Amino acid sequence: MMELVCPAGTPAALRAAVDAGAHTVYCGFADETNARNFPGLNFSREELAEGVAYAHARGAKVLVAINTFPRAGDQVLWHRAVRDAADLGADAVILADLGLIAHAAEAHPGLRLHLSVQAAAANPDAINFYAEAFGIRRVVLPRVLSVEEITAINREIDVETEVFVFGGLCVMAEGRCSLSSYATGLSPNMNGVCSPASHVAYADVAGNHEARLGDFLIHRTPKGMPVPYPTLCKGCFTSPDGKGDSQTGHIFEDPVSLDATRLIPALQKAGVSALKIEGRQRSRAYVAQVVRAFRAAVEAADQGAPMPEGLLARLTEGQAATTGAYAKTWR
Amino acid sequence: MDLTVGPIAFFWSAEQVRAFYRTLADTPVQRVVIGEWVCSKRLPFWQHEIPAAVEVLLAAGKEVALSTLTLITLKRERRQTAELFASGLPVEIADLSALKHLPEGAPFWVGPTVNVYNEGTLEWLAARGARRICLPPELPLESVAQLARAGQQAGVAVEVWGHGRAPLAISGRCYHARLHDRAKDSCQFVCAEDPDGRTVETLEGQPFLTVNGVQTLSYTHMSVAGQVDPLREAGVGALRLSPQPGDFAAVARLYACLLESGLSPRDALADLRRIQPGAIFAQGFLEARPGAAPCP
Repeated sequence: MMELVCPAGTPAALRAAVDAGAHTVYCGFADETNARNFPGLNFSREELAEGVAYAHARGAKVLVAINTFPRAGDQVLWHRAVRDAADLGADAVILADLGLIAHAAEAHPGLRLHLSVQAAAANPDAINFYAEAFGIRRVVLPRVLSVEEITAINREIDVETEVFVFGGLCVMAEGRCSLSSYATGLSPNMNGVCSPASHVAYADVAGNHEARLGDFLIHRTPKGMPVPYPTLCKGCFTSPDGKGDSQTGHIFEDPVSLDATRLIPALQKAGVSALKIEGRQRSRAYVAQVVRAFRAAVEAADQGAPMPEGLLARLTEGQAATTGAYAKTWR
Repeated sequence: MDLTVGPIAFFWSAEQVRAFYRTLADTPVQRVVIGEWVCSKRLPFWQHEIPAAVEVLLAAGKEVALSTLTLITLKRERRQTAELFASGLPVEIADLSALKHLPEGAPFWVGPTVNVYNEGTLEWLAARGARRICLPPELPLESVAQLARAGQQAGVAVEVWGHGRAPLAISGRCYHARLHDRAKDSCQFVCAEDPDGRTVETLEGQPFLTVNGVQTLSYTHMSVAGQVDPLREAGVGALRLSPQPGDFAAVARLYACLLESGLSPRDALADLRRIQPGAIFAQGFLEARPGAAPCP
């Protein structure tokens, strides 16, 4: 059966995910060492120890994401995070930075290393490079690949692949995007945040709701319509063509989220080892519901049964979903 | 401190490319990186210009390196990457996966789209043969200084993004094609219509970003004209200038003059505004502010 890798932003979400049938949960420390560095989220060292004990007692694994890029001069903070994850019994660490991976491979030879999606390893050469140089055991594939490409990659590599199937969707190659720091000064790579709430402002102007990120207007909707969170790459913009005409719309991506439920059998056939659900910032109740639904789906896929219909209808209600780059036409 | 000219980001015609490098040969830049940096579909249209451009630049005394793509996914792209290492010229890697093809012990350069954020990464790349590293544009001066120091110890020249629209993101999706209601596979090369990229504005008409096929650039032109002294003090070895339409040779000469201290930062910015009328110059990244924050 494909392994179900589920988000845990808090100890309560970790327990909820394990109870709902997660094979594996992933989490991070409460600091800038991970890419969901949001207020009120993530784990202290003590909470991680308790979480690992809870998961292991129920046969589930715990992965610790240390997937931002260490700040020059302050690498020790990231090195300590890797050491503590190893000491506290994490089953693997999820890393993105070349230097940090080299450090982990050398200082903790027994620790299982997963390559974060933030490392953007998008072809077999990249993956084999990390496997040969550092003994990486699994790669989380960037969301720029089609199912056909994932199949082809799996034929050329010996490490496990993990892919995102549900939740937030980056349209850019992750770990290679500075759009957020361009608008706000804070980025996923350096600060573990994208389009951070600290730089978001909502206002009602002339009968419209407006959502801004830093100095830039990202969404404007008529009063009475919900205004989406101003994630930069899902904003509504205008592009003049230089000949007097222009296009207005979601130039990079609509405010959609990823739902690859119906592609699960194809992903299994493509040789994917693990399915990942995005959403460490989500509530415990959301996590439990999504995990239950996906556990049923991977079990069905394992038995060659059709995907259960409408399992996630309630969670995606009112919000559009896409299968993203997995379908080649998305590009 | 000296000057490096990066690869052309945009889809220019073979004639434009030829004229650009001929003119560049007469400018006071020390080195030039050539190659298709953004989309492999563009390469057949101008690839044949590369050998002549290399020859002209070498004859003018420039160091020349060949660039890989920023995002390598297709088999063809992987093969082309491997072939670069057989050219006899240094290769600048724009995607870490190129290291898989690096001949043992061969020196290489590292471009600004490879994530070098700390000493650990810089030292690992140096041990592998990196000789020059252009840092990611989003780094603040404090990190640049740390990395320049580490570079001096490791024998690596550290470069910063000196001038031009900054590469902010790369995607599997082509936004130029999307703007024309096409998919990447049937793009009909529409990005060729915009030799300086296509502007993206907010709904208030505020210019924001520049779409260049699968790449997203800043709308503003980054310029470190006001920060040459702190960068030099930090031990930065070179400024990278990014090719753009217009009088690029004038831009290169202006920076050369700035490095020779023949020009104040204030006068330099005034000159840049004259050379590139209408352009907005920014450099928030170095000051740990939003990258779009305009130059004074």
